[in-house]
Amino acid sequence: MRLVSKTSQYVVMSLFAVVFLAPLVWMISASLRPEAKVLSVPPKFLPTDGQWDNYRQVFELIPVFLWNSVKLAGLNVVGVLIVASMAGYAFARLKFAGRDIAFLVLLGTSIIPGIAYLIPQYIVFQNIGWVDTQYPLWVPKVLTPVFATFLMRQSFLTIPQELEDAGKIDGASTFGIYWRIMLPQTKPALAAIGVFTFLESWNDLFGPLIYITSENLQTLPVALAQFQGEYFTQISLLMCGATVSVVPVIAVFLFAQRYFIQGITMTGMKG
Amino acid sequence: MATITMARDRGTVQVADVRRARRRQNLTGWLFISPIVIGVVAFQFFPILVSMVASLTDWNGIAAPKFVGLRNFTSMFTDDPLFLQTFRNTVYFTLASIPLTIGIGLVLALLCARPIRGVAFFRTAYFAPYVTNVVAIGFVWFWFFQPDNGVINGLLQQVGIGGPQWVSSSSWAMPAVIMVSVWQGIGYPMIILLAGLQGLPNELFESGKLDGAGAWQRLRFITLPLLTPHFLFLLITQFISTFQVFGLIYVMTKGGPGHATSVYIYNIYQNAFSYGKVGYASAMSWVLFVVIAAVTYLQWKLQKRWVFYT
Repeated sequence: MRLVSKTSQYVVMSLFAVVFLAPLVWMISASLRPEAKVLSVPPKFLPTDGQWDNYRQVFELIPVFLWNSVKLAGLNVVGVLIVASMAGYAFARLKFAGRDIAFLVLLGTSIIPGIAYLIPQYIVFQNIGWVDTQYPLWVPKVLTPVFATFLMRQSFLTIPQELEDAGKIDGASTFGIYWRIMLPQTKPALAAIGVFTFLESWNDLFGPLIYITSENLQTLPVALAQFQGEYFTQISLLMCGATVSVVPVIAVFLFAQRYFIQGITMTGMKG
Repeated sequence: MATITMARDRGTVQVADVRRARRRQNLTGWLFISPIVIGVVAFQFFPILVSMVASLTDWNGIAAPKFVGLRNFTSMFTDDPLFLQTFRNTVYFTLASIPLTIGIGLVLALLCARPIRGVAFFRTAYFAPYVTNVVAIGFVWFWFFQPDNGVINGLLQQVGIGGPQWVSSSSWAMPAVIMVSVWQGIGYPMIILLAGLQGLPNELFESGKLDGAGAWQRLRFITLPLLTPHFLFLLITQFISTFQVFGLIYVMTKGGPGHATSVYIYNIYQNAFSYGKVGYASAMSWVLFVVIAAVTYLQWKLQKRWVFYT
């Protein structure tokens, strides 16, 4: 595919890189600027004044939102991994009445878009007193990981039978075989699902927006969007908050890029 | 006689054992899947039933619902201009962003598929916006698009162009939001197409070369046809997600100015959570579901005409 020379390829790729990174660079540099110099004509992309104090101020304002985001992401990741791996293991490795029908029905639900039950779900939670609590932000997600279950099933199917038989001969219980022998074999799938679930929970806007009204229960993205004037009185502080909300996902992405891309291609295309 | 009874006893014991073992097996299996089964029944099946019933009622979510038959569905099209406008806005948003996302995603995938130094950095750079949250980047772009002291118009001014009012202009707000959505979303098609490109059989290109096909011809007649299954997948998934855009709109424009950028989900959100029209919003959700299902079905049916399978 030699449509272009290597040099021009570098030029084009670099131009694109600038377009994709400039807003993120601007965000970080704006967070480090004194308020008066955030918006300047002509625009500046590099920080010159290093106002680290902005971050000190912001971290005094947002620890509760940050903690809520971390807590919910943690609950979602751990919960989804447990529920999906247990179900995936049963569908792949256990024989029981109704297994195949149950699996088909579960897969069938994944074609129904979330929008169809969003509002009634809200009404249901309203009736059981869950509105303005954090339960709606993790309980239903942890208990309905249909796609993750599908991926876990695929992963369990690839493990050789001998491994399981060895466990059985040693007299391990079904749960013991699942937990100690089979689960460690599925680490790549667990990692991919974990990274995805983290990003989804961390970046969720709609859920916390409709379910949480108390400020002290709110997550970081919604706090940024809703309490701008109250907490982030200046653009530079708002950009500090935005940076704090973006840096963890970039870090997770860089750290687990392999699993993330694996997850995308797994969820995306199969041949 | 004695031996026969014994044998029969052993037989019944074995049958009972097998039955008990099987019951145990069934119980274990269902225990393993019970969390997800309970979850799907409680948080998906049940709400869907509620939603179907609610769409036929006049209901604010608190007082007793009033059955109105199909009136919610008919009044959308007859006496709710906002419904029609948000529908049009959503179509505008979708038709503009999908070709741009997939098209530029293809260009980037082709660039990244060639083994050159530093390709990992570029791939990461193009992909970074996809993992960032919509609130943070929505704000950054909101400031970028400020008419007087924003970055975009600042840069345009450098080259002597007076930029438009962007997010405060009813004709430029939507293009501004679309640009941000494309910027953020490109990483996904890029990764999918890159995976597709890397899976292509090399022999075809070799024989293409031998037959004297130039780079452009190889792209046009070998690469693109082989990627058509990936394009179909992207069209379907991008349509489903783009048609339900919400976050960027909420952060950047709140549907404004006027209702210029108010999209379908934003309208549902306002009806359900601001105006307390739960029955009507449920009906709107079902219309959306039908539209998405119909378009997806159509895309699936039409694939015979252009998707190429080896």
